[in-house]
Amino acid sequence: MAELFTVPAGVISTVQANWQQLLGGLKITVELSVFGGALAFVIAVVLGLAAMTRFAVLRMISRIIVEFFRGTSLVVQLFFLVFVTPVVFGWGSHPLVFAFVALGLNYGAYGSEVVRGALTAVPKEQWECTTALSMPWVTKIRRIIWPQAWALMLPGLNSLMVMLVKGTAIALFIGLLDLTSVSDNLQKQGAERFTVYGISFVLYYLLAMAFSAFLRRIEVRAQRRLGLKPTKTDTNRATAGALA
Amino acid sequence: MSSPDLSKFAATSGTSGTPRIVFEDVEKRFGKNVVLNGLGFEVAKGERVTLIGPSGSGKTTILRLLMTLEELSGGYIYVDGEPLTHKKADNGKRTALRPKEVALIRRRIGMVFQQFNLFPNMSVIENIIEAPVHVLGQSKEEARSKAQSLLDQVGLGDRGDEHPTRLSGGQQQRVAIARALAMEPEILLLDEVTSALDPELVGDVLGVLRDVANTTDITMLLVTHEMQFARDVSHRVMMFDEGHIIEESAPDAMFSNPQHERTKKFLQAIL
Repeated sequence: MAELFTVPAGVISTVQANWQQLLGGLKITVELSVFGGALAFVIAVVLGLAAMTRFAVLRMISRIIVEFFRGTSLVVQLFFLVFVTPVVFGWGSHPLVFAFVALGLNYGAYGSEVVRGALTAVPKEQWECTTALSMPWVTKIRRIIWPQAWALMLPGLNSLMVMLVKGTAIALFIGLLDLTSVSDNLQKQGAERFTVYGISFVLYYLLAMAFSAFLRRIEVRAQRRLGLKPTKTDTNRATAGALA
Repeated sequence: MSSPDLSKFAATSGTSGTPRIVFEDVEKRFGKNVVLNGLGFEVAKGERVTLIGPSGSGKTTILRLLMTLEELSGGYIYVDGEPLTHKKADNGKRTALRPKEVALIRRRIGMVFQQFNLFPNMSVIENIIEAPVHVLGQSKEEARSKAQSLLDQVGLGDRGDEHPTRLSGGQQQRVAIARALAMEPEILLLDEVTSALDPELVGDVLGVLRDVANTTDITMLLVTHEMQFARDVSHRVMMFDEGHIIEESAPDAMFSNPQHERTKKFLQAIL
């Protein structure tokens, strides 16, 4: 068995020589994922709920923001934030913060469609029942509709989160030393390319799967609360959602 | 089934003499399709009225308009003399009320649907106390004890902590009735509440409704195909066809001696 898994000596030495830098890159990538994801979630909820109010102005504002951030390049959005806003608006900040904001706005716009879709997918009868019980809007959303929509939106949010983790690689463009950036620097400095990018692959995969598994657990809990049996696996649904 | 005491849920407000419900020149269109046109009728306080008629005759639309689930295309609906969704302004113009004003009147009305529609994210008793706590502002303890006595009355006193999906359709519908009653409505709308049930489960649900009818003076509007039930509990039956009342009378007269040709045909078909 052992010879099957023999690791070429070059790989081990590459790892030994560079693990600290790789770990540093991973840290930035994790930070971008966690904070970018959190901001994206908040934006998705706010825009998704705004799209469902009876106030036409709110619906329209939500629509415009969603269309803009979905319809334009994330990289250009990031460049705009980093290079234009400090000059035009005087908003200087750390590149990391700009990256959070760009990821949050872009994925938040996508996420808001997932949120809106889930709210719409809660059966009409449930909405009507809340009217028949005279519930004010906030109460009906918070107590009745949201808990049901929550279970419906998690698969979609899950696949967006996986995409966001990989999307954090845009940090490279603004000089942040994330996992992609570190890998790239290492190979430029002469490290063995196969190993460096291979490690990068594995780390991205593990990170994405960790977030996915975490969200999947939340989804199972949400379904159980609705008295539903959890569906077997969401890999297919998540993939379909990501490609959609 | 025994007749539990539901009288404490009886409606009290409003001045006697004013009809509980007034439909005035009501019009409802779905796109180009005119469902109701120039419809007018009154329902007295405590009166129980059954609406019958072929599907598409506008019965359910009437209940849904009262519950404000559909928007009124024209005319006025009054509850206890107060406009529900639209009022005549001083200059005679028809104006829509603000959502807050609508909500105030709507609180007097409760509805039970064909498909129970219990909230799946809550236990049975939580379903019942949700609106009393968050809409009427009752304390949890108060709402809980009222809900428990309602559950006892619908024969499900020991099922409060269960998840709704673990109950049979008939049991879910009885919970839905308890949930509507927990809001202490003056008007209860029953929209084909037994139509989705297996035949052997219908009896218990009707039994509960009979008790409500016998022990309270809640005004009821029923759409049902259970003619015996309609006969037993209602004071008046209105026969609808194409959005118009073509015949109305006391249930005995309606069912044993219908006047209108359309009514005769309809009753023959379903009895």
